[in-house]
Amino acid sequence: MKFFFIVFFNGLTLAALYFIAACGFTLIFGLMRTVNMAHGALLLLGAYVGYEVVEITGLWTVGIIAGGLTSAIVGAAIQAYILGRYQGDELRQTLITIAISIIMADLMLWAWGGLTYQISLPEMLLGGVRLPILNVGYSSVRLTLMAMAAVTGILLWLLIAKTKLGIIIRAGVDDREMLQALGFETKKIFVIVFAIGGMLTGMAGVITGSALSIAPGTDMQFLLSSLVVVIVGGMGSIGGAALGALLIGMAEQYGLAYAPTYGVVFTFVIMIAVLAIRPQGLLGRSEK
Amino acid sequence: MNRFIILLLIICSVLPVFAADFWLTQILSRSIILGVMALSLTFLTAYLGVVSFAQVTLAGIAGYTIAYFSANTAGIGAELPWVFAVLLALFFSTIAGALVGLIARQSVGIYSIMITLAISMAFFYFTRQNYSVFNGWTGFSGISAPSVMGLDLGAPVVFYYVCLFTGALATLFVVKFSSSPLGLSIQGVRDAARRVRAIGIPTSPVIVSAYAFSGLIAGMAGILNVWHQERVSSFSVGLGPTIDVLIISVIGGMRHPLGAFIGAITYVMIDTFAIDLISRDRFNTVIGLVLLLIVIAAPEGILGILKSVKERIKKIVLN
Amino acid sequence: MISNFKKILAASVIAATFIANPVFAAEKVKIGVISILEGAFAALGKDGIRGAELAFIETGNKAAGKDVEIIVMSSDASPDSAVNAARKLIEKDKVDIIIGPLSGSEGIALRDLSKGYQGVTFINGSSAAQDTTFRDGSDNFFRFGGDGAQWMAGVGTYSYEKLGYKKVAVVAEDYSFPYTQVLGFMSEYCKAGGRVPNKFWTPIGTKDYSSIVYAIPDDVDAIFVALGGADAVNFLTQYNQAGGNKPIIGGTITIDQSILDSKGPFKKLLVGTPAGTPTVSDFEGKEWKEFSASYAKSFPDGLSAPSIFAHHYYMAGKAALLGLEKVNGDLSNNQKAFRAVLEKLEFVTPTGGTMRLDENRNGIIDSFVTEVFEREDGTFGNRVLKVIRNVNQTMGHDAAKFKALGPVSRDNPSCP
Repeated sequence: MKFFFIVFFNGLTLAALYFIAACGFTLIFGLMRTVNMAHGALLLLGAYVGYEVVEITGLWTVGIIAGGLTSAIVGAAIQAYILGRYQGDELRQTLITIAISIIMADLMLWAWGGLTYQISLPEMLLGGVRLPILNVGYSSVRLTLMAMAAVTGILLWLLIAKTKLGIIIRAGVDDREMLQALGFETKKIFVIVFAIGGMLTGMAGVITGSALSIAPGTDMQFLLSSLVVVIVGGMGSIGGAALGALLIGMAEQYGLAYAPTYGVVFTFVIMIAVLAIRPQGLLGRSEK
Repeated sequence: MNRFIILLLIICSVLPVFAADFWLTQILSRSIILGVMALSLTFLTAYLGVVSFAQVTLAGIAGYTIAYFSANTAGIGAELPWVFAVLLALFFSTIAGALVGLIARQSVGIYSIMITLAISMAFFYFTRQNYSVFNGWTGFSGISAPSVMGLDLGAPVVFYYVCLFTGALATLFVVKFSSSPLGLSIQGVRDAARRVRAIGIPTSPVIVSAYAFSGLIAGMAGILNVWHQERVSSFSVGLGPTIDVLIISVIGGMRHPLGAFIGAITYVMIDTFAIDLISRDRFNTVIGLVLLLIVIAAPEGILGILKSVKERIKKIVLN
Repeated sequence: MISNFKKILAASVIAATFIANPVFAAEKVKIGVISILEGAFAALGKDGIRGAELAFIETGNKAAGKDVEIIVMSSDASPDSAVNAARKLIEKDKVDIIIGPLSGSEGIALRDLSKGYQGVTFINGSSAAQDTTFRDGSDNFFRFGGDGAQWMAGVGTYSYEKLGYKKVAVVAEDYSFPYTQVLGFMSEYCKAGGRVPNKFWTPIGTKDYSSIVYAIPDDVDAIFVALGGADAVNFLTQYNQAGGNKPIIGGTITIDQSILDSKGPFKKLLVGTPAGTPTVSDFEGKEWKEFSASYAKSFPDGLSAPSIFAHHYYMAGKAALLGLEKVNGDLSNNQKAFRAVLEKLEFVTPTGGTMRLDENRNGIIDSFVTEVFEREDGTFGNRVLKVIRNVNQTMGHDAAKFKALGPVSRDNPSCP
C-alpha cells in the first residue's frame, strides 16, 4: 500500500515536469494551430545553453533565464522568417518544423557532442528530504517541480486571462480571421507568442537537464511526451495540458512499477482511447 | 499523363540492362518499396483528406506476418507455403487498416495525424517488448524471398521486376479504386461529409474502407520490404521510418500517385549518398536542409516542379 | 530557391556518377567502417571511428605496401540501417573488408548478411551479443573481442566472495545486450552461492526511474546496474536523491569512459563502483599507456581516455591490417588465405594480453574487475582490481552444457 502511494507521488512529480515541458507547445498551438515539431529541439537547445551558463556563472537561475532567452530568440526567428509565410498551411508547417528539428539536432550534436549532460542544481535543491507519513526519502528537486509547475500554470493563466495580449490570443483561438479584420497585426502577435512559447520551452529544458539529464535523443522524447500530454488534454487548453500530464505521468509510473514490460505501451493506449472517444482531447473544444 | 506513365514503365523495365546490382537493389527496388508505402499515405491524403502516421505500422504488420510464417533465425512462428504467407499478410494489413480507420474515423486534420501517431507508437513499443510473437527488440532475421518454380525472387534483377510489378499494380489499384463508386464516395466524404450523410450514405463505413484499402497497399510494400531487408524488427516500425514515409510523400507531391515514387527515389538518393558528398559528420544537416528547401520551394512537391517545368516548355513550344 | 535546389540535385547526380564509376582501379585495399554517428549513441560511435582510425594511422594507411582506403558509413543503431550501410559499402564502394558494427542487434544482422557475401570479410566492431558468434555463426564474420557475458568475467565471484554480497537486485535495460551482461554476472554469482531475487528490466530510454528506485527491496546487499548513457545517469541520480544507499555493481557500459566523461555532477556517485570490462581507462600497462597516449595525440577532441568502443574498433582495424600484412595483401580466391590467417592471428592487445580466436571466430579475451576513481585532476577513470586472463565465450564452462542453457532472455538465467 505504501508503495502504491509512493508511485502516486512519483506520477504527480513526473506530471509536473511533463506539464512544464508541454506549456510552450500548447501555447503555440492554441493560438496559431502550428504543430511545432521543433519543440524538442528548442527544449534541448535551452538546456545546453543553460548548462554552459550555469558552469560559467555558477548560478542556476541565470542558467534558466539564459536557456529560456536563447530558445525564445530562436523560436521567434523561426516564426518570423520561415513559418510565418505559411500560416494556415498546417501540414507544411509541420514538415518545416520537422526539417528544422533534424538540422538543429545535428548542429547541437556538433556543438556539444553526444555525451550526457547534467546541470548542477543549487545547493538547496540537492539531495533529498524525508517525507512524513510515508517515511521515505524523496528528491528535493522533484518536490520543487510541483511548485514550479503550479507557478508556470498560474502565470500562463494570468497571461491569457488577464492581460491584453491574452485577450488577443484568446480572440485568435476563436477566430483568427476576425482578429485580422479588426486590424491587429497578427504577424507580430504570432512572433511574440512563438517567443513566449520558446521561452517556456527553453526554461523547461534547463529544468529537465537538472532534474534528469540531457543527451541527443532527449529532444525526440520530450517532443513525443509533449505531443501526448497536449493532445490528450486538448490542444491549446492549459487545464487540458495539466490533466493530460497528470494522466500520462501516472500511467508511466504505475506502468513502470506494476507492469514494466508493457508499461510503455499504456501511455499510447490512453491517447488512442481518449482520441477515439473525444477526438478533440479531454478539455479541447471541437473544431467548427 | 497516361502516355508518360507507359513510357516510364518501359524505361524502368529495361533498366536492369544498364544498372549494376547495387543500383537495382539498394536504390531502385528500395525506392519502389518506399514509394508503395508512401502511396498508401498519399492515397489517404489525396482522396480522404487525412494524414496518417500509421502506414509504416500497417506495412510492418504485413512484414511481421511474412516473417512469422517463413523460415527465420528467430525460432518463432510456423513455416507456410509462401503464397499463404503473402495472402495472410495482405489480409492482416487490410484488417489492421480497417481497425485504424474505425478508431480514427472521427478525426480530421491534425487530430488524425496524432491518433495515428499514437497507434503507431503503441505498436512500436508493443513489438519491442513482446518476445512470444514479435521477438522483441531484435525481431526476425534470416528471411529470404521465396523461389517460384526454381526462380529465386530474391536475385537482384528478379527482385527488381517483382518490385516494379508490385509498384505498377499498386498504382493501378489506387487509380481504379478512386474512380470506383466507393472511391467516389470517399472523395465525397472528404469534400462534404455532411452532405454525404444527408443523401443517406453513412460516412463511417466509407472512411473505414478507405483506411482498409490503404492497409492493403501498405501491406504490399511491407511484404517486399521484409524480402528486401531479409529482416523485420521493432526498428522497422519506429518513429524514424514513420517520419521518413511522411517526408517522401510530401517531397514527391500528393496530387498524383507518381509523386510517392518520385519522392522515394529522391529520398533514397539523399539518404544513401549524403554521407559521401558532405563530411560524414554533418550529413543529417544536409538531409534536413534539402527537405526544408523542397518543402519551402515546392508546395506541390517535386511533381509540382516537374509540372510547372512541363507547362513552361509547352508555352515555349506553342509560341 | 528552385534553381538552388536543382543545382544541388545536379551536383549530387554528377558526384554520384563519379563515385559509381571509378575511372581507374588502383592497387589498394578498401575497408568500410560502420558505426553510429547519429542519435543517442553518436558519442560512442564517434569514439569507435577514432579507434579504427588510430589503427590505420599507426601504419600510415598502408598494409603490405598497398594503400588502404577507409570509407565510413553511419548506422542509427537499427539493424536495418546497418544492413543498408553494409550493402552500400559492398556493392557500391566495393570494399574488401567491413569493420563494425557498434551494437548487438546490428551485429546479428551483419552476421546474417555476411553469409550472402563470401567475397567480403566482416570484422566486428564493438557489438557484443552472444549469439553473433556462438549460435549460427558465419565463416566470414570475425570478432576480435568478447561478448557482453565475457566482459563480466570475475565480477560475480568478486561480489560474492570479496565484497560479501549475498543477495543482489538487477536493474537493466530491456534488450539483448544487457541480458547477456546479466548472464555473465549471474553465471558466476549464482554458482558462488549468491541470489538474485529481483530483476527490473526497464525499457531503453526510460527517463524517470523513481518507481523502480522505490521497488528495490530493502533486504538486498547491492544493486547490479546494467544501464547505458543517459539511462545510467538518470537512474543513479534518482536513486541517490531518494536517499538510496545500497552499493552499486556496474555493467560494462555503465562505467565506460563515455559516461565518466559526461558533463555534470552525477559521476561522483559512481566512485568506488566495481564493474566488469575489457577496457580499463587508467590501466597501468605499458601497451595501454602507449595506446592512450597515441589516442590523446591523434584526437585532441577525444575523450580523456579511449572508451570501450575506441578500444574494440582499434583491435578490429589492427587485426585487418595484420592479416593483410601476413598474406601480402592477397585477397584473391574469396579472401581464403586472408581468412585462414585471421583465424590463427595472434597479437598483443592494448591491455597487454594476447588476442586470439576460438573455433567460432570469437575472441578469447582478458577481462578486468575494475573500480571507478577520481583522478588527481578531478576527472574520473577506471582502475584494475583484478585481472582475469583467457576468458572464453563459455566462461570456462563446458561448451555443450553452456549452449544447452539456451539463449539469454529476461528469465534466463535465474536464481531467485
